[in-house]
Amino acid sequence: MSASLFRTCPTTGLKVDLQAEALIKANAVAAVVFLAIGGLFGLSVALTRWPAVHLLPADWFYLALTAHGLDVLLLWIIFFEMAVLYFASAVLLNCRLATPKLGWVAFGLMLAGGLITNVSVLQGQSSVMFTSYPPMMAAQHFYLGLILFAVGALIACGIFFGTLVIAREEKTYTGSIPLVTFGAMTAAIIAVFTLASGAIILIPTWLWSIGVVSNIDPLMYKLVWWAMGHSSQQINVSAHVAIWYAIIAILFGAKPLSEKVSRGAFLMYILFLQLASAHHLLVEPGLSSEWKVFNTSYAMYLAVLGSLIHGLSVPGAMEAAQRKRGFDKGLFEWLRKAPWGNPAFSGMFLSLVMFGFLGGISGVVMGTEQINIIMHNTLYVPGHFHGTVVAGTTLAFMAITYLLVPLIFRREIRFPTLAKWQPYVFGIGVAGISLFMMGAGTLGVSRRHWDITFADAPFDFSYPPAAFLMLGLNGIFAIMAALGGLMYILVVVASVFTGKKVEGKVDIGAPAGPPAVASYGSSETLRVPGTLMLVGVFFVAFVLYYFVNWKYLSDVWPMR
Amino acid sequence: MAITSPSERLWWKTPLHRVELIWILVAFFWGLVMFFMMIYWHAAGSQNLSTETYKTTPNEFYAKVEAMIGEHKVREAEGQPVVRPPPGADVYMVGRMWLWYPVLEFEKGQSYRLHLSALDLQHGFSLQPVNINVQVHPGYEHVLTITPDQSGEFTIVCNEFCGLGHHTMLGKIFVTE
Repeated sequence: MSASLFRTCPTTGLKVDLQAEALIKANAVAAVVFLAIGGLFGLSVALTRWPAVHLLPADWFYLALTAHGLDVLLLWIIFFEMAVLYFASAVLLNCRLATPKLGWVAFGLMLAGGLITNVSVLQGQSSVMFTSYPPMMAAQHFYLGLILFAVGALIACGIFFGTLVIAREEKTYTGSIPLVTFGAMTAAIIAVFTLASGAIILIPTWLWSIGVVSNIDPLMYKLVWWAMGHSSQQINVSAHVAIWYAIIAILFGAKPLSEKVSRGAFLMYILFLQLASAHHLLVEPGLSSEWKVFNTSYAMYLAVLGSLIHGLSVPGAMEAAQRKRGFDKGLFEWLRKAPWGNPAFSGMFLSLVMFGFLGGISGVVMGTEQINIIMHNTLYVPGHFHGTVVAGTTLAFMAITYLLVPLIFRREIRFPTLAKWQPYVFGIGVAGISLFMMGAGTLGVSRRHWDITFADAPFDFSYPPAAFLMLGLNGIFAIMAALGGLMYILVVVASVFTGKKVEGKVDIGAPAGPPAVASYGSSETLRVPGTLMLVGVFFVAFVLYYFVNWKYLSDVWPMR
Repeated sequence: MAITSPSERLWWKTPLHRVELIWILVAFFWGLVMFFMMIYWHAAGSQNLSTETYKTTPNEFYAKVEAMIGEHKVREAEGQPVVRPPPGADVYMVGRMWLWYPVLEFEKGQSYRLHLSALDLQHGFSLQPVNINVQVHPGYEHVLTITPDQSGEFTIVCNEFCGLGHHTMLGKIFVTE
């Protein structure tokens, strides 16, 4: 075994493997580049959907929409997740990274794959949408790029597991792995399932595109493809929940209310989240209702239970820590006096709230077998997942960047005022995108659709006027979100390349005062009335919205 | 802290606080409610998607569409045949690039067995402004029994991307009193 070179982080005291650090940097930089590209495509899509602007011609619209999904949903998120995996294993466990050379191979494969698929889309022959449902066929290198990317990511997951084994062998930590690492491990386990499903379906599809396989069954494709497509969103959930825990730990010294409960909730993800392929198959032919009901509910909503538990334990852990610091007045002093000017905190908290209220509730409602009839393939669907993946995952990733830049890149944040406002601008923009797309979807507006006036169609038709208003507002909020994204990229790029080098301890903006470390276990010190109130409000909103949608459903034509 | 190993080695033996326990029970119970709500709706609700499905081929299905048009065509609308099948009949509608074919005319309050399939790519059957959305696959024949309970002119939008003309793909269903 070659001796790894380490540095000791002066802020956290952690031993950082320099090879791991370099890989974290490379993956994070690639992620941010793809975020910038994909974000621009996203803005052009929203501006085209704004009827008064209608920016792109049809062929460019479908091309931009395909590229948008590919670059942000896949490349930005998975590259960043690889950085998170290396961080949560090597850095948090004080350990050398397993096979760093292979880490570069993985990175190279992912980068090559991502670029190849991007090229195939930009060539104009692969405007098949991110989902590429057969029998619609993309250029062969569209699939090939995706396969290379998936193989690279799979190798990186292997390195993560290898690092866990080394850390255990070399006893770089005592007891159990930290909760954040446990969450990252959850993400990595789901990632293996996901990427394997991707390979299982994309390899035959690629062979089909070069003429070796004669036929891909469209229903079978959807079933297996979504085992990748939806489960990969569960990698995101696990990763960003782990990041929530990490940020409150770094900023507040917060301990989980109960390790047992939080880890149990992650375990629910591992056991049940993979069933979610069914969410995309609720109005397909050929599948039984029993199959749909069991799978779409993750076996009686057990994975949803996991998220609901995190929804209490993340703010609860923060509240307990803040109260220990003395912010103990009333219901919400702990929240009022939180560091709202620190983008790592504000980004994390907005991510938590919006993931729950916008993405979480809408996802469960839309994933109800019968309610899906009034939502499938409408704009409600992208409205929902911009609430989860953008307001939830992307905002959480942005938030932790404000800690990673000083701690890993060892640069001070440039333009701190811009950084301070960034999560708000981006967060409010995304909230608008999510809400107004869901609104338009409720009015029936189709997703992936260039012209809602149907000017060239053989029949006359128009969506209700309110839908036009919704799409206009969606465009305005998309501009705001794009501005927030631009602020993020500006701050990150400027800090990484021109920020002042950090020497010694970093001020990461944690509130003053001693760390709030109580003795372990939730039974003695726990008092979280504010969190209970927040959770109560959430629960009431959830229940009401759920039954309102049953009411909407009961108004459509009877069918059986 | 969450970024360090648990301070208690036997963390799985620590007691559960009442607040967490109550929330877990409430959330679990709510999950059960949502689960059984779907099953309840199968028994008591009027909007359940049929699972009746047959394997077919584009040619075979298209022949059925043509036969139905030959039998029940009543007029044309925008150059497309309008078919008025008798109540309770098997009705065939096909999605293709880029039209829902043919135009159908139903009688309010009557039930029809609507067979859906696609000729070329996947299409999305999105009935507006009712807002019923069903995915349509080539090679699969999906049979829904629908009962229009409103009269008027209804439009079928294609809501699955099906190539450059996707946004021009419409169809019509008329419902008469």
